[in-house]
Amino acid sequence: MPVEIDIDHVAKLARLDLTAEEKERLRAQLGLILEYAAKVGEAAAADVPPSAYAIPRANVLRPDEPVPSLSREEVLANAPELEADRFKVPPIAEVG
Amino acid sequence: MAELCDLTAADLASKLRAGETSSTEVTESCLARVEAVDERVRAFLARTPELARERAAAADARIAAGDAPSTAGIPIALKDVLSTKDITTTCGSKILESYVPPFDCTPWARLAAAGSVLLGKTNCDEFAMGSSNENSAFGPVHNPWGLDTVPGGSSGGSAAAVAAGEAVWALGTDTGGSVRQPASLCGVVGLKPTYGLISRYGLIAFASSLDTVGTFTRSVRDAAILLSAIAGSDPMDATSLDRTVDDYAEGMDEGVSGLRVGVVKEAFGEGVQPGVRSSIQSALDRLSDMGASIEEASLPHADYALSAYYLIAPSEASSNLARYDGVRYGLRVPGRDSIEMMARTRGAGFGPEVKRRIMLGTYALSAGYYEAYYGQAQKVRTLIIRDYEKAFESFDVLVSPTSPTTAFRIGERADDPLAMYLSDVFTIPANLAGVPAVSIPSGLDEAGLPVGLQVTAPVLGEALVLRVAHALERELAFDAVPPLVAGLAA
Repeated sequence: MPVEIDIDHVAKLARLDLTAEEKERLRAQLGLILEYAAKVGEAAAADVPPSAYAIPRANVLRPDEPVPSLSREEVLANAPELEADRFKVPPIAEVG
Repeated sequence: MAELCDLTAADLASKLRAGETSSTEVTESCLARVEAVDERVRAFLARTPELARERAAAADARIAAGDAPSTAGIPIALKDVLSTKDITTTCGSKILESYVPPFDCTPWARLAAAGSVLLGKTNCDEFAMGSSNENSAFGPVHNPWGLDTVPGGSSGGSAAAVAAGEAVWALGTDTGGSVRQPASLCGVVGLKPTYGLISRYGLIAFASSLDTVGTFTRSVRDAAILLSAIAGSDPMDATSLDRTVDDYAEGMDEGVSGLRVGVVKEAFGEGVQPGVRSSIQSALDRLSDMGASIEEASLPHADYALSAYYLIAPSEASSNLARYDGVRYGLRVPGRDSIEMMARTRGAGFGPEVKRRIMLGTYALSAGYYEAYYGQAQKVRTLIIRDYEKAFESFDVLVSPTSPTTAFRIGERADDPLAMYLSDVFTIPANLAGVPAVSIPSGLDEAGLPVGLQVTAPVLGEALVLRVAHALERELAFDAVPPLVAGLAA
């Protein structure tokens, strides 16, 4: 059975504006892909540990040596909108 | 007669050293080939001819002074997910259409320091998500072996460029097969090394636990030379590994006599084209003639690898691609508030496949579903790792087709994501287990399209996959030329 998903909720979580047509197509396609992907549930017994990486490494450290960082100009060079050497964004909260 | 741009890097390096040619001549030969064919192939998103000429002149000076590594002066193309300082890097996406990185990725930084010549940035599926290059926001790449067919993906531009003589060699990235599958479809050598052997610093992330940089070359020896130039730990990538081999070409000529070769039985089921099957079978016969023992091997959980991959990769992608929010770089579509601006930016900037995977990953990681999907997929990854460990107790290397089919027609699978995903069914397990694998051309099918054969070895077994691939390459003597290139000489 294709999986039923709440497209509006997932799109909101993903901060992704979708057209009505895109939502319809994704609802159908994701339902089928998830039905296929759910096969993973058949394979793995409860006692199998998960692997986040094939070659796990822990506590990887490098020498703590100061090196030059990017300049302010370089960091800001790709910004869509700037104001006084800062990234400018639309309001993040309602005022008043 | 082959032109300079059609030679291997190893041959060019000895000619350069002998003074028989110059990097400038080789570079001009590549640039002329790009001019001649790229309107039809569309391998490049950005060309850097002026920079290439400058770097070629500098390489010639170094070679003349006797101070040049073996990669010096050899022209290369880089997949457009690899960051290049001051050169636009788009990831094949509208959202990064005008993004100019302020730093170089480590693989290019190492090659640049060694005198490499950059020809340009190659087309790819958007954010490396795809198996046909049709997901690029800037149009598809056409396979030099049949211009109405796909080059494979996601590193389709790099594979096509090397096949068409537009670059001597190229770098791509391989998360689920994105180097090996296009190498297979374009008739070139594609190496995906052990996870972590090449630094990912500056590789724009798709699925961080699977992403690897890989090489496209016209010979196995060239793959060894290029790998030797870029492999090894990097303080900027905490997952990078120390290299265990100085020169990956050393020992490559030792042959396969006495080696135990396992043939992955799961990779010969339905869906494998007869032309692919027979080409691989005849290559296996040759391996046997050369003294290798050939027996059936099994990766019992291979059937689940594709399912696990299509949960793990989109989950990691949905998280990695959260950074494209219209604030610090890339596209911005205005909105009344920041949330609306972000959602509009992402809705306008990402293409259909990227949206599909972001949605898939967001769903798989969301409250209530995490354990059933992502959690289970991580357990399947453990089972795949164990499958390989078990198989490598009995075998030195494993062999399979690289992909079930040869190049398919542009548009043929565009509306069926699951059919498209099956293209990578034999390459994905190696990414989940982190093991090295190479694809080499094993012949042509009845339609004259290249077939790829995949050799896989245990973690850090690069020297072994290259040795087996090199022995087979010599024996098979694949020397067919894409019709597009053959047509130029006529």
